Amino acid sequence: MNEMAKTVRSTCPYCGVGCQVDLIIKENHITRVEAPFDVAPNYGRLCTKGRYGMDYVSHPSRLTYPMIRKDLGAKPRKPVDISGFRRASWDEALDLAAEKLAGIARENGGDALGTFCSAKATNEDNYLFQKFIRGVFGTNNVDHCSRLCHAASVAGLQITLGSSAMSNSIAEMKDLEVLLVTGSNTSETHPVISTFMREAVVKNGAKLIVADPRQIEMTQFADYYLQHKAGTDVVLFQALAHVIVKEGLVDQDFLDNRVEGLDEYLPSLESYTPEYAEAICGVPAEQIRQAARLYGSAGAAAIYWGMGISQSVHGTDNAISLANLALLTGNIGRPGTGLNPLRGQNNVQGCSDSGGLPNVYPGYQLVSDPELRQKFEKYWGVELNPEPGLTTMEMVDAAEKGVIQGYYVMGENPMMSEPDLLHARHVMEELDFVLYQDIFMNETGEYADVILPAVSFAEKEGTFTNSDRRVQLIREAILPPGEARADWDIIQDLALRVEVELGKEGSVGFKFENPAQIWDEMAELTPPFQGITHERVEREDGVHWPCPKPDNPGTPYLFTESFPRGKGKLTPLEYRPSAELPDKEYPYILSTGRVLYHWHGGTMTRRSKLDDIYPEALVEIHPEDALNIKVASDDWVKLRSRRGEIEVKVLVTERSPQGLVFLPFHFAEAAANILTLDARDPQAKIPDYKVCAVAVEKR
Amino acid sequence: MAKDKTIQLTIDGKECRVPEGTTLLEAARSLDINIPVICLHEATTSEGLCRQCVVEVEGWGRLAPSCITPVEEGQVVLTESERVIRTRRTILEMLNASVDLSQSDVLQAQMERYEVDPNRFPGAKKREREILDDNPFYIRDYSQCILCWRCVQACADDMQYTYALAIGGRGHDSHITTFFDVPVPESTCVFCGNCVGVCPTNALQGKTEYLLEKGLQHNEIRARRRQERQDKRRSS
Amino acid sequence: MFNDPPVSSHLLEFLDQNGERGREMLLPALLYTQKIHDFIPPASASAIGAALNVPLADIFGVIEFYSMLASQPRAETSIRICTTPSCASQGSGELVLQTCQHLGVDIGEATRDGQYIVEEVECLGLCDHAPGVLVGDEMVGEATLEKIFNPEDHPRSQIYGDPLYLMARSGEIDPLSTAQFQEKGGFEGLKKVLRLPPKELIDMVTNSGLTGRGGAGFPTGLKWKSCAEVDRFPKYLVCNEDESEPGTFKDRALIEGDPFTIIEGMIIAAYAVGAGKGYLYIRGEYTHSHQVISQALEIAGQEGFLGKDILGSGFDFEIELRSGAGAYICGEETALFESIEGKRGFPRVKPPFPTTHGLFNQPTVINNVETLANVALICKIGPEEYKKLGSEDSAGPRLFSISGDINLPGIYEISQPITLKDLIYEKAGGVRHGKEIRAVLLGGAAGKFVAPDQLDVLLTTQGTREVGLSLGSGAVVVFDEDVDMKFVLHGLGHFFAHESCGKCYPCQLGTQRQAEILDRNLRGQALPGDIERLEDVIATMTDSSLCGLGQTAGSAIGSAIKICPEYFGIEEVSHG
Repeated sequence: MNEMAKTVRSTCPYCGVGCQVDLIIKENHITRVEAPFDVAPNYGRLCTKGRYGMDYVSHPSRLTYPMIRKDLGAKPRKPVDISGFRRASWDEALDLAAEKLAGIARENGGDALGTFCSAKATNEDNYLFQKFIRGVFGTNNVDHCSRLCHAASVAGLQITLGSSAMSNSIAEMKDLEVLLVTGSNTSETHPVISTFMREAVVKNGAKLIVADPRQIEMTQFADYYLQHKAGTDVVLFQALAHVIVKEGLVDQDFLDNRVEGLDEYLPSLESYTPEYAEAICGVPAEQIRQAARLYGSAGAAAIYWGMGISQSVHGTDNAISLANLALLTGNIGRPGTGLNPLRGQNNVQGCSDSGGLPNVYPGYQLVSDPELRQKFEKYWGVELNPEPGLTTMEMVDAAEKGVIQGYYVMGENPMMSEPDLLHARHVMEELDFVLYQDIFMNETGEYADVILPAVSFAEKEGTFTNSDRRVQLIREAILPPGEARADWDIIQDLALRVEVELGKEGSVGFKFENPAQIWDEMAELTPPFQGITHERVEREDGVHWPCPKPDNPGTPYLFTESFPRGKGKLTPLEYRPSAELPDKEYPYILSTGRVLYHWHGGTMTRRSKLDDIYPEALVEIHPEDALNIKVASDDWVKLRSRRGEIEVKVLVTERSPQGLVFLPFHFAEAAANILTLDARDPQAKIPDYKVCAVAVEKR
Repeated sequence: MAKDKTIQLTIDGKECRVPEGTTLLEAARSLDINIPVICLHEATTSEGLCRQCVVEVEGWGRLAPSCITPVEEGQVVLTESERVIRTRRTILEMLNASVDLSQSDVLQAQMERYEVDPNRFPGAKKREREILDDNPFYIRDYSQCILCWRCVQACADDMQYTYALAIGGRGHDSHITTFFDVPVPESTCVFCGNCVGVCPTNALQGKTEYLLEKGLQHNEIRARRRQERQDKRRSS
Repeated sequence: MFNDPPVSSHLLEFLDQNGERGREMLLPALLYTQKIHDFIPPASASAIGAALNVPLADIFGVIEFYSMLASQPRAETSIRICTTPSCASQGSGELVLQTCQHLGVDIGEATRDGQYIVEEVECLGLCDHAPGVLVGDEMVGEATLEKIFNPEDHPRSQIYGDPLYLMARSGEIDPLSTAQFQEKGGFEGLKKVLRLPPKELIDMVTNSGLTGRGGAGFPTGLKWKSCAEVDRFPKYLVCNEDESEPGTFKDRALIEGDPFTIIEGMIIAAYAVGAGKGYLYIRGEYTHSHQVISQALEIAGQEGFLGKDILGSGFDFEIELRSGAGAYICGEETALFESIEGKRGFPRVKPPFPTTHGLFNQPTVINNVETLANVALICKIGPEEYKKLGSEDSAGPRLFSISGDINLPGIYEISQPITLKDLIYEKAGGVRHGKEIRAVLLGGAAGKFVAPDQLDVLLTTQGTREVGLSLGSGAVVVFDEDVDMKFVLHGLGHFFAHESCGKCYPCQLGTQRQAEILDRNLRGQALPGDIERLEDVIATMTDSSLCGLGQTAGSAIGSAIKICPEYFGIEEVSHG
């Protein structure tokens, strides 16, 4: 069998870098992944997941036909593996789902449904999803995992700038002059981006400041490593701002013309002296001064951050403290500067852009804005709910109270990614109906009533939008297994059936033949996308939005003239400690996060050869702490919090500071979120995954 | 240096005018003259190692490596003179004597183009090494390695900045290796495969493709992986 | 990992003191570690990597490149026996076998008690005391099994010449006495030129016609001028004492006999081009020379000849001593820079040239030891007097290292043009035992064989060039009629294969192919077509190699094919 290989260009389905890949296909398998050397954003570079982690697509446990729970209706629902489900036809499964969802909506209104769209699915999939939920059910209860990710960054940037995406582009990274990287283990979470940062340092003399409680790999390239205590970010960055102001390093011109709120802001900085900061966050005052001077006197400096900033009870404040730095020094609106939250998922940017959020339509147009709402009502032909919907964690709260009775989960795994898992699982048990749509069975699917098999990124067309707002194509490279269907196709079919159930046939508009048409509709309704079509994306290998007109070249970096809210707003901040700090009973801080070889809940990577190189969870413990606990690497410990306990193997490393243990959340058999606390940032509603208290004992 | 300064030169009798700083290779390409290369790659720094791209420049004592030699005004260049062909053919014959080039399309094509005698150097010392299969992702068959340096460069300052690879030994016995020849999982390698992506032969190859080429089916590959994982567990 | 002793506290101290300088301290750190453990243990390599911020894989690559560094335990004392033609023709091969037999080991195998290991090495610069052996840090001349284990005094070269200019003080003074040095005219040149503007100094040296004495023969004044004109600082002045060309030992004699001359030359050169820092790179095997120059540098510093405001001139200059670690290629100027910078000794592509982008990518002048001695001389006696010595195209006195089957091996300072024949027969006492000459190797392994009927060549730049020869490093190795030429050829082939850095294909592959053919030639198993093979390989290396090593790796063999084709298998030569 010497079939000729074919090559299909696509976009990597893992992280927000959005690497362009060439999939080499033989006999309907991805046998090799290459990367074109002359195409943005990665120019031939890949990480191990993109290069070797695509084999999950062909794993034997792919869902290939719809399934219905055998003990349908039994309460409370118990999690069951695949043997607890029976095969069904698409008609039976969709009809049942339509009946159940419509039933709940008819009885208690659309707001009795909670829906989760997918940061892994395409823009087209997500647009259609929220059109379905909003248009047919009349509820805005649509959210996705960015709630658990960069929601606080988004909230902070909305307050300070009126925008929420990465302001500058990946292409600028290798030429940076100064960069501050905080709360981001970039070489493991955005590996290809980290190579451009390292290039800037090694080849082009860039100066790097890393602020992180853990001694991550990026610190090896840093000129200044500020090792602050977990949860003390506001203090550290306010202190940097304090030095910048006191030593006259502000950009007065910028402050005069582009910024407001200075008068309220300045007094709030007074108490944040470097000495005060040192006492709270542990970074030597002199180091704070030096780092501040470096950032403040740079011609152009950029800030990059990740979950360390956002996943916190004061994540919004954290993000604001970074925005304040950029506004004080005029380090935004030019190449080589900016406020750059590094988006995690391959299409979390796109999912948000496409309206997968409870308070906005596609393009961040507020559902509460009458004019904008009318535009959508007119186009879709239906009345829409003006009240913003519930966020993910609020949906969990509502489900607990019985206000929400049914879930529709597409391409997400909240049963691994939500905090306080034992509680979250308990909430799941009480729901009346759960519809689950995914490529694999996972911890969430075990709670489903109906399972719909979707196709992977390699089996459909559509677009992903990466972290620097670049809309890029994915293409069909292999045939899907069994009866699996594209998400947009499933949603459309389901929507039509629900319309029938609710007696609203043809009310909205689900007549799409292909994803390009879906994009075109979304673009028509979304000014920043109006210059973009699939054809243009294909021709140009990707386009940065905003791109309001066909002849607009796209916008790699933003805010050259003004911010969406007009002027940037300097915002006073108060340091508040984390929600649950160590005490005698639970003497260690638990911080959760990721490792290079795995992806989030593990649905994809535990089924890939990536699992071979990192097959089990390891809790990272500082050598001194390990000595006290009397363990060495490869020993087992019990981790206990007020929420639950797990057993896990040890890795002794100086990466963890003393008093803090780090656990990746990819491994179901040692699920980190059994331990975490559901404490949320009040504005962004995002849980704090970085600081809670645990006990660590030798098993 | 004026940005738009151009240089005029003659290549194989044809005139061309190119911007200052263009290499002889690029200038030739602009005339559709394709000089053969081995070590050159768009994503790695040109070190002028293989010398396959040499050309004859009138008045120069030695042949010039066209990939790194910038054009000069009035140069008269021959890309396929007798001296040039002799070098190219001999380099291929010598390389073929030391290295297994059977799986490299590029080199096989060049060997055909220059009518290489594959057995020109009997009794030659072959750089034969056992295949290194020490990680789940890629194999290293250094019997096929032509020492083009691209993998080392990709791992270092050209792409990845992880610095897991180095050149060991010296001279003909140079070989690509890790710190104290440790298995790759014990080095700083993060399995990004950027090295595999630039390897011009099958010295570095994805393990899946390697096993498929050996005739294994996908389910057999899966079973083998399972076995390797169990073996690793047992031995650790 | 196998043998991995804990990191020595001495090494940690060394790293503490020097860590800030980063990668350029890698070779010193590795040599230091090698001395402590007789190899580089992985733990030590890791500690070095952490302190100097060098990737671990790179460190291993550096260890593997240099012959004097080992990644696996060797032995306490290495017995390094030279097997390059000068010594090989004086029986070093047999000495190797004898020594191995005596110790009960194979070549490269350590004795069970870890005390000794026997290694075959290339030229040690003891050619006039062949066979030469380096036992630990001791050099042994006219080596026998007895002498290897009971080394005598350090062998000194005989110096011939009348009058002597460059070598006038060697052997006549205490090399470490600046008083005696100055009594005999030392530092006179320096004192004169420190009062001149650098430009005048450069003109003076240009005017003198001095050309480099390392082998390349580049006009020194021109080199200085190119560097002086570059408006980028810091600039560096490097002295190349990596003398490893087989048959050459003149630089060693200079450094050991008259170290202050070299220092003087370096200061003058640095002053001319504006360099504030100098490096003196001496090959690792020259242990005695290293000691001498190290002490001389310290004394010069103490007495105000180095450091700040030298002799009240306002000129600051300091010299750092660096050791090689066993690589002939590090005599190539850009490879030498790489070595100082802590990397494998790979030559760089030129252009750019060292005068604009040299050490640490800064403007650099690198001069040979003998060249610098000439510089001091020129400044002392002036260019007009200097030009009276030598010839018009080869100004100044020149040192020739003569060894092999000659009655009076040693260093010959020639200040009037002379033919090779006269040098051999008139000056050096003729061939030993009254034998006939089979061939003379002129210019080292990178040079060419001169046939008995070509000995009339005049030993000047022009004179040699006219007949297709080159002076090179001034090495003259005489082979008499009884020499096993196939063995000599095999030795030359082996030399280049061993020393090729491996970067460019023509040399990496070509030196190996050449050695293989000469190998079977030696065994009497030459194949039909071997001469054509050699000619193709030689042409490829000469035409296309990246640096001088590859470009000259085939020249001696090529000349042998021309003048004594009967030594190549059973083929007739293809064309003359």
